[in-house]
Amino acid sequence: MRDTVVRLLHQPLAVVGLVLFGGLLLMAAFAPLLERYDPIAISVSERLRAPSDAHLFGTDDFGRDIFSRVIDGSRLAVKLGVLSVAVAASGGVALGLLAGYYRGWVDTLISRVLEIMLAFPDLLFAIAIVAILGPGLENLIIALGLFGWPGYARIVRGSVLSAARREYVEAARTIGASATRIMVRHILPNVVAPVIILSATRFGGALLAGSGLSFIGLGVPIPQPEWGAIMATGRDYLATAWWITVFPGMLIMLAVLGVNLLGDGLRDVLDPRLRT
Amino acid sequence: MLIGVSIAVFLMVELTPGDPATVLAGDYASPAVIEQIRTELGLDQPLPVQYARFMERLVLHGSLGTSTRTGREVTTEILDRLPYTLVLALTAVVLSTLVGVSLGVVAAINRGKRADLLTMGGAIVGLSVPTFYLALLMIILFSLTLHWLPVTGASSWKNLVMPAVALSLHSAAIKARITRATLLEVLGQEYLRTARAKGLHERAVVVRHALRNALIPISTLVGLQFGGLLGGAFIIENIFGWPGVGRLATQAIFTRDFPVIQGTVLLVAVAYLVANLAVDILYAWLDPRIRYG
Repeated sequence: MRDTVVRLLHQPLAVVGLVLFGGLLLMAAFAPLLERYDPIAISVSERLRAPSDAHLFGTDDFGRDIFSRVIDGSRLAVKLGVLSVAVAASGGVALGLLAGYYRGWVDTLISRVLEIMLAFPDLLFAIAIVAILGPGLENLIIALGLFGWPGYARIVRGSVLSAARREYVEAARTIGASATRIMVRHILPNVVAPVIILSATRFGGALLAGSGLSFIGLGVPIPQPEWGAIMATGRDYLATAWWITVFPGMLIMLAVLGVNLLGDGLRDVLDPRLRT
Repeated sequence: MLIGVSIAVFLMVELTPGDPATVLAGDYASPAVIEQIRTELGLDQPLPVQYARFMERLVLHGSLGTSTRTGREVTTEILDRLPYTLVLALTAVVLSTLVGVSLGVVAAINRGKRADLLTMGGAIVGLSVPTFYLALLMIILFSLTLHWLPVTGASSWKNLVMPAVALSLHSAAIKARITRATLLEVLGQEYLRTARAKGLHERAVVVRHALRNALIPISTLVGLQFGGLLGGAFIIENIFGWPGVGRLATQAIFTRDFPVIQGTVLLVAVAYLVANLAVDILYAWLDPRIRYG
């Protein structure tokens, strides 16, 4: 573990990733201290102000301070990323374990269902779920989490299939360890590295997909300061008030760049075979 | 597989809260009218019966029902829009493959040098930019500032430029990364040493021997990404007012036009499966070993 961290810190790009990702987490944690205005307070007299000392990133068509909204939006972004990855990883890992350990009809059933899920391109699947459940942060988390299942399940199933044949698993079974114990104590540790790497990618993917869906009105509804939703309000003012769109977009980019660099770095350190 | 997809698409709409009959009847309909519409649409039947009817209509009549918004056949609605999406998606496939593969080759040949760092840095930044952000930035620059390209519409090739570039972004970045990785792997193999040893130019070695083998994983990626591109088109088409299937679907979602939602989702899933099948066939052509495998 310590070794991993040390090696990660020796990669300049991974360090940049850590800084960007850490910055996002800090921003989310201390959002109320950083905001200079109420992120949803409307102020008609201040509408569509260009960036200035009073409003660093300008204001939107309702006079809301973009800087405060962007800062506050980091909380939604972190929530979306963390929770959707949690939904994806927990469900996918559990399914992969079951399929790989029990094989037979359990494996067939799980694999078929996941294959069908894979037949829908990622974003389309999320759009379909949001269309069913309606827009909102919770539904977005469910949608982005669900479509992460097949990716995790596939990695875990493969690792389980190879690990289940190992002697130490056989040994554990001989001394009477339960199936759950074998899966959790002996097989699960094998898949930690690929799961962490995939999680970094998915976190970035969730931010991109989430803000994209919010942008077209299928994600987090507008008064909330979700980055994509803020950009959607700026769409009508591209010619006159570019700042409504440009700043939130930059934040999304930096946040996703952070987790992508971190993910690449982790992959190089944890699993050199997966190197691309 | 196709059956599984059709059941999933069918269930998707069934699980939707909000009753299509109520929506259709409008705000001021009496319960009796709603009940009548429900019977007409067969919504009062048990689920398996409804699914059987859905499939019967689809298979025997090639019909997906009628749009509740326009009253036209869903298949007609989709076929009207499909060419636009295909043009957009295929342009993006070609563009991203050309740009992505070339950059990947450049990076691999110059491994560790400045060109490698620049292209790979560019690739990871490209992967991190939301496509709709790139789209909006391009609109600000090329349409609103320079007045080179129109923002919305689909009347000339100029309308295609920005949507296609935006849609290609992630796909090109991924292709560049994969091309570099597979090419580096291939370049280390023995037969390339042979090729070099017999005095071939480095360019001939890379293009004729290495790239051809590296193309195999890349072609899988092209197929896999086709689905992603169709999904991405949902957002891009909305920004540029491109009258494709993605825009149709989003409008359908907002008006709760279920048959159209069902139809577009089914279409994209099927297109995705077909693209993957095409890749499998392409495989055998690119790599003769697979035919005997």
